[in-house]
Amino acid sequence: MSDAGFDEWLHAFVADDGYYVECANGHGHLPPRRICPDCGSTAFSEEALPESGTVETITTVHVAAPSFESDAPYDTAVVDFGPARVTGIVVDAPTGAVEIGDEVEPDVGASETTGDDVLVLRPV
Amino acid sequence: MSGVRVAGVGLTHFGSHPERTGRDLFAEAALSAKEDAGVPLDDVEQLNVGNFAGPLSEGQGHLAPLLGEAAGLSCPATRYEEACASAGVAVREAVRTVRSGEADVVLAGGVERMTNHDTPEVTESLAIAADELFEVRAGVTFPAAYALMAEAYADSFGIDEADLKTDLANVASKNHDNAIPNEYAQYQRELTVEQALDAPPVAEPLGLFDCCPITDGASAVLLVSEEYAADHDLDAEVAVVGTGQGADRMALQDREHLARTPAADDAAAMAYDDAGIDADAVDVAEVHDCFTIAEVLAIESLGFYDPGEGLGAARRGETRADGDLPVNLSGGLKAKGHPVGATGGSQIAEMARILRGDHPNSDKVADAEVGVTHNAGGTVASAVVHVLEVAE
Repeated sequence: MSDAGFDEWLHAFVADDGYYVECANGHGHLPPRRICPDCGSTAFSEEALPESGTVETITTVHVAAPSFESDAPYDTAVVDFGPARVTGIVVDAPTGAVEIGDEVEPDVGASETTGDDVLVLRPV
Repeated sequence: MSGVRVAGVGLTHFGSHPERTGRDLFAEAALSAKEDAGVPLDDVEQLNVGNFAGPLSEGQGHLAPLLGEAAGLSCPATRYEEACASAGVAVREAVRTVRSGEADVVLAGGVERMTNHDTPEVTESLAIAADELFEVRAGVTFPAAYALMAEAYADSFGIDEADLKTDLANVASKNHDNAIPNEYAQYQRELTVEQALDAPPVAEPLGLFDCCPITDGASAVLLVSEEYAADHDLDAEVAVVGTGQGADRMALQDREHLARTPAADDAAAMAYDDAGIDADAVDVAEVHDCFTIAEVLAIESLGFYDPGEGLGAARRGETRADGDLPVNLSGGLKAKGHPVGATGGSQIAEMARILRGDHPNSDKVADAEVGVTHNAGGTVASAVVHVLEVAE
């Protein structure tokens, strides 16, 4: 089962072509969007997401849902890319090593538990 | 517009009852409310029932008429789903129905059966209250979501991690103290600050005792118009005088604030305006402390504290039972328990009893006249606030 809009957005990171959608009045969001919740605009363009973003908040998850059971413990973070924020799992760093204010890059990885594609974040 | 009175309330014990069906739990609460009110079931004109995960936990959809039947009702019945605020919106819509004159007697409440599944399954089912695409698929559990808010709070207000954990542990300890005499509470036992701090981590900075338990239970509130109460000589001195609801973006990443809950700000402002009061008039509050940080965010949204100032309230004693503004005299979600779809109704039931004087902790607020309930859905993408008042 695919999720139109989301799947294309996620997989764009594989080719380093991460993007967000911007409405006619400059509000950034993640797809799929038909209307801007900030202003009601229905005209969107795809814009390149900056290559790195800043960790705005982060936690180390010790008790995971079954779909991430084998991944635990892991860090999940909300990252500010400027026009939009993204949530993902931190990789290539020990848990707790990445802190608020650190720079990370988005990519696509796989859940150790299910093998499903996951938005991952690598320290810059 | 008709005034709304709480004619009766009913609760099941909140706890681990894996063998009990949702329909049986709700019937018990509903019949208790009927007995408490002294209102015949034939007079109930509408049932509003909150439930979050019945289709997942019991494989049962189309819940409302089933629950109405179980409670001996033969009136129109509707299920409300707003995650953890399901019963809050069920009560709110009941209040609006009675006010409008559409009905004189409405039963509102909620039910959740949770412990018939193991913790990982419940964790997964609770996660559907978050954004499935952008949060759940990024490993965000509910404790993780609130942990993200807690870390953002600490960062926003320059709070040391150790101080954050200590202040949150004080919230948990306070609420356990309040639950000790509450016969409906899941945990009628003390939790020391040290025990809370020593608990295994769930999602840092939150440990096991920062998190509410997994709970089975049901709540019911019988609301009537002032005219019905007078005509039937009911003992219904507590009125619902204010109701409000707010909303925010679903995913944390899409919010203006990660360390504040604007949906609850809006719900509180609406409810206070509706009641013609401000935060200073509130004597006692029941708030949605699904995680300890959630109580902090709630008391700030309710206007009791400025942003960043609510964290130390429990440690300082201000929100303890003997403090200036007792919060969660029931034990809160933390110690009373959190059967998700029932919680908002249980807050109304507990507050009505506190104000009536027949709650085991009523003596802590003997002169209280105004109480507020705060019920939140998810990471407060939804919030419902009610103002209750002793009317006579």
